[in-house]
Amino acid sequence: MFSLIIEGIILGILTGGVYALMASGLTLVFGVMDIINVGQGALVILGAYLSYFLEQRLHIDLFLGLLLTMPFMFGLGLLIEILFIRPIKRDRTMLSILVTFGIALIIEGIVNLIFTADNVKLQAWYVTASFKVGGFYLAYIYVFGFLLAVVLLGGLYWLLYRTKFGYGLRASMQNRTAAELIGINVERVSAITFGIGIALAAAGGMAYGATNAFNAGSAYDLISRLLAIIIFGGMGSLPGALIAAVGMLVVEDVTSVIWSPVWASTVFFILLVIILLLRPQGLLGKLEARKQ
Amino acid sequence: MRIFKTVGLLVLLAIFIAFPQVFPNPAVTTIAIFALMFAAATTGWNIFSGYTGYISLGHAAYFGLGAYALALICQHWNIPGGYVPFMLVPVAGLAAAIFAIPLGWISLRVRRHTFVVITIAMFFIFQLLAYNLTDITNGSIGLGLPIPITWGGVFFNYPFYYVILAILLVTIAISWWVRNSKYGLGLLAIRDDEDRALGLGVKTGPSKLTAFVISAFIVGMVGAVWAYYVESIYPPTAFDATFDVALALMAFLGGLGTISGPILGALLLETTQQYFTLQFDSPGYYLIAYGGLFLIVILLLPRGVIPTLSGRWAKYQIARQQGRQERATLVPVLPTPGGGADSVERKEGINL
Repeated sequence: MFSLIIEGIILGILTGGVYALMASGLTLVFGVMDIINVGQGALVILGAYLSYFLEQRLHIDLFLGLLLTMPFMFGLGLLIEILFIRPIKRDRTMLSILVTFGIALIIEGIVNLIFTADNVKLQAWYVTASFKVGGFYLAYIYVFGFLLAVVLLGGLYWLLYRTKFGYGLRASMQNRTAAELIGINVERVSAITFGIGIALAAAGGMAYGATNAFNAGSAYDLISRLLAIIIFGGMGSLPGALIAAVGMLVVEDVTSVIWSPVWASTVFFILLVIILLLRPQGLLGKLEARKQ
Repeated sequence: MRIFKTVGLLVLLAIFIAFPQVFPNPAVTTIAIFALMFAAATTGWNIFSGYTGYISLGHAAYFGLGAYALALICQHWNIPGGYVPFMLVPVAGLAAAIFAIPLGWISLRVRRHTFVVITIAMFFIFQLLAYNLTDITNGSIGLGLPIPITWGGVFFNYPFYYVILAILLVTIAISWWVRNSKYGLGLLAIRDDEDRALGLGVKTGPSKLTAFVISAFIVGMVGAVWAYYVESIYPPTAFDATFDVALALMAFLGGLGTISGPILGALLLETTQQYFTLQFDSPGYYLIAYGGLFLIVILLLPRGVIPTLSGRWAKYQIARQQGRQERATLVPVLPTPGGGADSVERKEGINL
């Protein structure tokens, strides 16, 4: 029993890192642009399918393939932002939810057409091979995926806190208008942020696709979890998203080993509701000021 | 003008009542039934989300609760197919409304984005419960509803058509009453500025919760009729994520917070959607077409059809009156169109 719980915790932390990667893009975009990208789930799945395509057709290793898919998804993010998000002038938050949902539907449709609705899983030697930790076996991909998340999130931290672009981005997060007044090109920052968010989704998608069988419909399951993570952590808070992602996956994995896998996500959602009752703004969120 | 309006509405009602007699083809009446279901559900959704400005993307939970409630009642008491299940539709709606009370209370503690996301999360909880509570819901095997065997052929759709039309009319009446009452004014005040509304003496908490429960009741009733119509329900069809967004999109298309907007949006969009479904066999093409439609609607008509059209009409009227007055060499004292009109319009909402 005890070793099962330890197993659940280790697995939860490792997969939690991957979810943190996907959720960080979402919360970053929310913080800067004040929009909720409900298409993030579909974009994660698109990233997974791109890795699948490269691996199946061109026999490119999953991690090397990211060097191709992440820039591609970054470009796609820029395109979506410029074509569909920027033209929304009124009621940005609400309309952006609908617009990104429309984008998600289109992506789901395209993926369905090209790859059919059959479940697939990414293949590589480290997906099947495993090693022994304590009393159980762990596939290498969990560790590699976690390391990937650590590297990318470290890069994100460096970008946000050590570069001029990062200063601009954080300024835009704090106050859009004031940032514009001191000479930051907020529109450009927004587009790049959106691109980064989606590039992170692609990386997360690769790790997700290597640990789970997926099809286009998996996007719904993913987006519900990602949204839950960012509310749990506090909307727009990056450290909150990291804590919430790891916390959620640990709770889920522990529930699934000691109780039953079918109840794992229900337990998390119920926990989410309880936490919101006590702390409506999430773990590290700021209380919303009265809007003028 | 008032007479024209009344006569116009009566003619419209007559058209709706006569519709299945004029087009008895079951393929047509089926589409009409689905369109009316969405019209009723969107109007119900609009009573809460349109008037208060709290966009709920979780009303599919109440749709599913209504559907499962009717299925469980019918199963438990062995109710045969026929007219009896229609009598139980309000009971199913009530079941959804009862669930909505605690859920609304929890989710209405937060505002704006967080509220939207919480409603989505609650919807997913219910979908998961429908999958996992296999003792009650039968899990992914789903539940069956009584089948009205005696209604054959063309007649089959008629009872459903008139029942859903009746629900739609009741919903419109509620929506109209709310929009024209002091209670509705309170809801609109919440939409415009909740803290100020509270300061002015609007009981914001109970008002929001009541509107939430009313809309859950209506959506639950629609879910029950839908369940009886499609005869068997499964967790992903009764708790359908696209239903959530469809309601919001239809209301946005027609005009959020208006009375006729959601109905128009639902009738337009649901018929197009049914057409796409029939037209494309592969779900891929259908999703692309639907998603594309989504983007076009929102980017080109962000305010919705009804507000855009009535805004144009008002401007035209003012321009015409001014023209007439200039010809009569009167001093033009009317305010010019445009200018600050836009913000005033948005705040008031247009009541057609």
